[in-house]
Amino acid sequence: MIEFKNIEKAFGKNEVLQGIDLRFTQTGRISAVLGPNGSGKTTLIKSLLGMVLPDEGSIEVNGQPIRREWAYRNQIDYLPQIARFPENLRVAELLRMIKDIRGGASRDEELIERFGLQPFLDKRLGTLSGGTKQKVNLTLALMYDSPIVILDEPTSGLDPVAMIQLKELIRQEKEHGKMVLITTHIMSFVEEMADEIVFLLDGRIYFRGSVAEIKTQHQAEGLEEAIAGILKGQLATANRSVAPKSALQSIMSHLQTA
Amino acid sequence: MLKILKYSTYDLLRSRWAYLYLAFFLLFSGGLLYLSGDVSKVVISLMNVILILCPLIATMFGVMYYYNSREFTELLLAQPIRRRTIFWGQYLGLAISLSVSLVIGIGIPFVAYGILHGPEIWNFFTLISNGVLLTFIFSGLAFLIGLKNENKIRGFGLAIVLWLFFAVVYDGLFLLSLILFKEYPLEGFSLAATVLNPIDLSRIMILLKLDISALMGYTGAVFQKFLGTALGMGLSLLTLALWTGLPVWAIQRAAKQKDF
Repeated sequence: MIEFKNIEKAFGKNEVLQGIDLRFTQTGRISAVLGPNGSGKTTLIKSLLGMVLPDEGSIEVNGQPIRREWAYRNQIDYLPQIARFPENLRVAELLRMIKDIRGGASRDEELIERFGLQPFLDKRLGTLSGGTKQKVNLTLALMYDSPIVILDEPTSGLDPVAMIQLKELIRQEKEHGKMVLITTHIMSFVEEMADEIVFLLDGRIYFRGSVAEIKTQHQAEGLEEAIAGILKGQLATANRSVAPKSALQSIMSHLQTA
Repeated sequence: MLKILKYSTYDLLRSRWAYLYLAFFLLFSGGLLYLSGDVSKVVISLMNVILILCPLIATMFGVMYYYNSREFTELLLAQPIRRRTIFWGQYLGLAISLSVSLVIGIGIPFVAYGILHGPEIWNFFTLISNGVLLTFIFSGLAFLIGLKNENKIRGFGLAIVLWLFFAVVYDGLFLLSLILFKEYPLEGFSLAATVLNPIDLSRIMILLKLDISALMGYTGAVFQKFLGTALGMGLSLLTLALWTGLPVWAIQRAAKQKDF
């Protein structure tokens, strides 16, 4: 179980999270955390991992507050948003190193096979393409069979074949009774995979519910339109002199391209 | 922590810098021994090099290594490992691999020269241990600068300023104040000012060990009187220990409060 209690976080003057209350109790469920760029998705996830320290509030994993703790991270598989690796290491070395540091059983070979990484094992990480790096990232994140799985933008840079593999993998994790949290900008991926949606806007939870609920609430055919509807409505109610048209356009165009 | 230490040492030993550093000391101390043949003189020459070079390399290499290993750090932060384990492991890996280069680089020529059987072994040992201590102190400070500054350029700038301050500016200010206040008794002040700068303290400790304090005139006598006593020696060792320990403690503190 994961519980966020009134989480607030500011980076300088930029108030990224403004009082988030969120509970994930059910296992075997995929939750998608959505929101425009800068809405605080990654900050929220990083604070769950103890990488970002909230200014206010507390986070509990399985009933235990996580502040200053570290052993609870054994329960979590985490895929960082941007795959940043030591450039001069080889893929196999990196995998061996993380396995050595973390210890315990891992299923890296199964994942290497699944993503077809064998030919890249002897390559240096700096020379890999973005998509291959993301596959390495996925392998590193998922090779421990932890009950909580957090994927920050898992789809970025993946080709269709890898995408199908990933979806299959995520469904498998769900069937194994894991709690899966995903952030993404690809709405079709959410519609296909997610059991529920948490929509963040300006550091607050704007909406939480199923895909069907958000669609009926905003009388939209697809999820993409519903989300765009939310953002449009949000900007219209905001002070017109403050919310310039270009901001709306950029958000809309981002949603369309994603 | 041992595993992090292992990997950062391994990572550093793979880079060319560690070997360059080693080769420099090998050539330099070997050359000096070959040319002069007087161990005491070689120790003094090496002392001047070590007092400047060890802090410089430790500081610059320290910040460089901190910024270069950021990706690895981020990867480790998501693993079930304590933060302080990660940063202490990396810091120790850095300080140890630099120290190993120093000890081997200077050690091989001296051992080949037969220092182990000569009377000069303690002078040599003082020299080496001061070099190692300075390496630990300044790589710790460099890591701290890295942790406190996200901006690389600023971090490098601060590291250079730190080294310049302790290696050059401090002595300048020290001398200036000695001249300005020469009317007053300055023994206490100069003792305190020396003890507070790890580079100066190391220099004095090595010089006193070499029994050439007479060369330093009146100040030398004051230092001999102070450092010759058990209290004086204990105090200076304590200061050096503090200088080594404080950055380690501060690294832990800074790491605890940082967002990644």
